[in-house]
Amino acid sequence: MDVAIVGIGLHPFGRTPSMSGLQQGAAATRAALADAGVDWSDIECGYGGSQDGGNADAIVNEMGLSGLQFTHIFNGCATGGSSLHAAYTAVKSGEYRNALVLGFDKHAPGAFNASPADWGIDDWYGEIGLMLTTQYFGMKIQRYMHDHNISEKALVAVAEKAFHNGSINPTAWRRQALSSEDIMASTMISHPLRKYMFCSPAEGAVALILCSAAEAKRYTTQPIFLNATAVRTRHYGSFEVFSPSQPIKQADSPTVIASQAAYQQAGIGPADIDIAQLQDTESGAEIIHMAENGFCEHGEQEQWLRDGHTQIGGKFPVNTDGGCLANGEPVGASGLRQVHEICVQLRQQGGARQVPGNPKTGYTHVYGAPGISGVTILSR
Amino acid sequence: MSDKPIHANLFTWPADNPSLLGGLCGHCGEVSFPAQSSCRHCSGTGSSVIELGDRGTLWTWTVQNFLPKPPYVTDQTTATFEPYGVGYVEMPAGVRIESRLLTSDPEKLHIGMPMRLVIERFSRNDQGGHNLSFAFDCLEVS
Repeated sequence: MDVAIVGIGLHPFGRTPSMSGLQQGAAATRAALADAGVDWSDIECGYGGSQDGGNADAIVNEMGLSGLQFTHIFNGCATGGSSLHAAYTAVKSGEYRNALVLGFDKHAPGAFNASPADWGIDDWYGEIGLMLTTQYFGMKIQRYMHDHNISEKALVAVAEKAFHNGSINPTAWRRQALSSEDIMASTMISHPLRKYMFCSPAEGAVALILCSAAEAKRYTTQPIFLNATAVRTRHYGSFEVFSPSQPIKQADSPTVIASQAAYQQAGIGPADIDIAQLQDTESGAEIIHMAENGFCEHGEQEQWLRDGHTQIGGKFPVNTDGGCLANGEPVGASGLRQVHEICVQLRQQGGARQVPGNPKTGYTHVYGAPGISGVTILSR
Repeated sequence: MSDKPIHANLFTWPADNPSLLGGLCGHCGEVSFPAQSSCRHCSGTGSSVIELGDRGTLWTWTVQNFLPKPPYVTDQTTATFEPYGVGYVEMPAGVRIESRLLTSDPEKLHIGMPMRLVIERFSRNDQGGHNLSFAFDCLEVS
C-alpha cells in the first residue's frame, strides 16, 4: 500500500518565548489538521518526538484525549526521520488508515552540552574538553577538504545561500541575508568553521498527516506521495561524533547506506530527483552530504557551488527554506521541516522561494549523533 | 605522589617514557582506545591491554576557540580562556586517537605531520596535586 502526505503544518522556527515546545507542537498539529481537512478525533495513531520540549505523547493534553495510539520517539537529530518512518510503516501495513507525525522542540540558547555517560564514555573525555559536537564537525570537514580538494570558498558559498534563502522564507529564524564578507568576518568556532557556518539550537514544530495513497483524494487535491523512507545507523569504521578513537579502516557512512536503501525502495536514482533538503548542521555537512546522497561526485561540490547549481534557480536546488543554518535546529522538528519544505515546493506554494520549472520529485536527508541517517523520497 | 592520571589505563604512569594504552581483541586483532573488554568490531570478549606507543601522525585537527560548558573542568573563565587544539592522531599500532593538541596555532597544524605524546598537568585534584592527562604535540624533526 502506498502512503501519501495529505496535511502539513509548521510553527515558525526560532524563538517563541510565549509558548512551550508542546504548545508549538499543538499549533503545528492544528495547522496540519486544517490543511488535510480532518478533525483531531479522526486521527488513528501518532508518532513524534522532542529532545527538550517534553514527551510528544503529551500532545493529547493540548489537542484532546481522543484515545489514539501514540508513540514517543527519540533518536537524536534523526528523531523526525525516525518518527516519519514509523508512521509510514504503520499506514503502509494497513493497520491504521491515517497517522500524525509530530516533531517539536525548545532548546536553551548556546551549544548543546552532552554528558559522556549518556554515550557510554567515561567522564575524563568530557573533563578534558573533547565532548563537543562542534569539534567533530570541524575535524570531519577539515579531513574531507584535504582529501577532496574543497576550499574555504565552498564553505562560505553554502552559508551565503542558506541565509539568502532564509531571507525570503517567512517562517525562517535567520531572515537577514549575509554577504560572503560577513561570513568570513564572523568568529572562528572550530577551524575551519566560523560562527555563520553553524546552525544553532532553536525552537519550532512541524506536523504531517499521512494516509494511504488510495484515500488521499478524500483529504486533499494535492497529495504528496512517500516513495521511500529509510533510517540507518552507523557501521563499524564510520567517522562519528564522540569517538575517543576510530579504526583506520573506514566504512561507508550511515547516509550512504540509508540513501541507497531509499533509492532501491523508490525504484529511482539521484538523477531523477529535482530538489533536495540535506542535513546542514554546518556548511561542511551540506557539502559532504551532496556527494554521500549521490547527487555529485566527491570533490565536484567546489564547482557546483561556484556555478550556483544548488541555489533556488540552479539545476539542483538544495535547502530552499534556508536549511538548519537559517532555521536553527529544534532537534525533534528539524527532519520534519525538511519534509514540510519539499511538500511546499512540490505543491507550488513556495512564494518568493518557489523553485521554477515545476519540480515533481524531492528528497530529504537528516543526519544526527551518534551516526543515524534518515532519507525520504517524495513525489507529487 | 599527588599528581594522578585523570583515569586509569589511558597511559603508562609513572613512566620515564609514557605510552598510551589500548585494547587488542584476541579474536579479530582490532585495536581500541581506551581499552574495552568487548570488541566493537567482532563483539568478542577476550581483549588484552597493549602499549600503543608515543608517536603518531596527525590525521585531522581543529581548534577549540571558545570556553566549553561543563563537563569541561577548568579554572579558566571566558576572559582567561586559551584556545586548544584537538585532533585525531594515527598510531602505528592501528588506531586513530582523539586528543588535545598542545598547539592551537592553525598555521602550525598540518594533516600528516608527525606528533609525539606528552603527559600534561590538566586540572587540580582534591589531594592538592593535579590530574594528569594525555595530549599530543608537534614533533620537531631535528
